[in-house]
Amino acid sequence: MSNMTSSEQQTPSSDWGPAGDEYWAALDAGRLTFQRCDTCGKPWLPPRSECPHCWSAEWRWEAAKGTATVVSWVIYHTAFDKRFKDRLPYNVAVVELDEGPRMVTNLVDLPEGEQDLIGRRVELVIQSDLGRALPRFRLSGTAP
Amino acid sequence: MRGRAVIAGIGHTAFGKLPGRSTISLNMEACRKAVADAGIDKDSVDALFVKVPTSRVEMMYGQKLAEAMGMTPRVGGVWDQGGASNISMISFAAMAIEAGQCDIALVTLADNPRTGTRQAYEKPWGDDAIFGWSSVVAGYAMIARRYLHDTGLSPDVFADIAIACRKHGANNPHAQLKLPLTRDMYADAAWVVEPLRRDDCCLVSDGAAAVVVMSAERAKALNVPAPVPILGFGQGHSSCDVPLRADLTETMAGVSARTAFKMAGLGPEHIDVAQIYDCFTITVAMTLEAYGFCRKGELASISADGGLEVGGRLPLNTSGGLLSETGMPGLQLVLEGVRQMRGTSVNQVKNAKTCIVSNQGGIMHTHSTLILGQ
Ligand SMILES: [Zn+2]
Repeated sequence: MSNMTSSEQQTPSSDWGPAGDEYWAALDAGRLTFQRCDTCGKPWLPPRSECPHCWSAEWRWEAAKGTATVVSWVIYHTAFDKRFKDRLPYNVAVVELDEGPRMVTNLVDLPEGEQDLIGRRVELVIQSDLGRALPRFRLSGTAP
Repeated sequence: MRGRAVIAGIGHTAFGKLPGRSTISLNMEACRKAVADAGIDKDSVDALFVKVPTSRVEMMYGQKLAEAMGMTPRVGGVWDQGGASNISMISFAAMAIEAGQCDIALVTLADNPRTGTRQAYEKPWGDDAIFGWSSVVAGYAMIARRYLHDTGLSPDVFADIAIACRKHGANNPHAQLKLPLTRDMYADAAWVVEPLRRDDCCLVSDGAAAVVVMSAERAKALNVPAPVPILGFGQGHSSCDVPLRADLTETMAGVSARTAFKMAGLGPEHIDVAQIYDCFTITVAMTLEAYGFCRKGELASISADGGLEVGGRLPLNTSGGLLSETGMPGLQLVLEGVRQMRGTSVNQVKNAKTCIVSNQGGIMHTHSTLILGQ
């Protein structure tokens, strides 16, 4: 499989939606953040306006350490989203941050033929791609 | 309420490519046939429940259909639970009849993603689209990878499911795909989204199906030729997106089935034939476990050596399911359950007295269960 390192890959021209919110702004500044409830203390992603646990509207941003565990992953061999046609095959993964929140991401710098990734420890690498600072992950201990 | 409502009639269109047909036209053909099958006058129908066409969502679709059919229903509307809508609408119709809100209900579904649009199935997912995260199949693949990891099962289990459905579909003159599947064909097919291969994925189909629901009492009074009693139903909705589920291999399907079994006074050991929503093979594997037909990770004990084929331990999707008959989201499985209880299936299971049917929608976001009897 091929990795999505990509700085030399073509930037799809389409719109990715609003990039100006606090979550993406923090990534531009090199920080992956998540939300934590002021009322019940539980953390979550993706960003939302109320706590999904106790419905409180009082919460704050918190910086993630950037260490996580792979929950599952897939390899696309079909570009359902035509903007990714030139990147096939590419992977998409779900990781769980050590603080608890889950997120969708890509795994980068994978060793050739690596198949057994569930449960593996990964670390954050913020990559400039597709006009954004994207939070991606590589296996812990992999050379940058 | 066990057995107090019946499915009095069933109808469906051809399945596959139906260019130029609107979903209204497809719904009307299925309803016309369902009413004829029940042997009732169309003007006696006083409730209309329709699933919104998934591939092209329209406002007030239930009212548009009622207008086209010249109906002013006492009860009606659109139900939005994806593929689970069908059984949920049948359940709601049965409850509405019991509550005296209506007497005879049509439940109908039409869609034309094959010759119309299928955007809804391939859409990128919100903010995560920038990671290339898109399409329904990838959501199921994400679950399937975790399932294979947690259970230690080989993808042979998925092949068993696909082979059974395709074998049954090959014998069904209405099936869109009549090509039996061999284990080699399964293994040789290209990945779509790894770990799911081509034959793990349902067909894309135009078509429609409809059922008539009424009380058992009324069916008797109207001399309905072959009413099939509804013994139980249930629902359960995981609701949250796949990445957020605490356990990717757990859904609310078990809650849905337990509600239906309790209403029917039955358990999995009493079920003779199963029509299980097979949008993807992984869905069948997880549903059969959640329904209590086997313990988690032990599906091979049922599926191996043709166990899911007619004559096997638990005959599955005897009209071919979404993998072979039609990819239409789910009501066709109820129709086949009715045929099994009437003894009229092309793949009839001998002495079958109970049939369980599952419907689900989204990426296992929604689930509903129906138990039919005789
Ligand atoms: Zn809270």
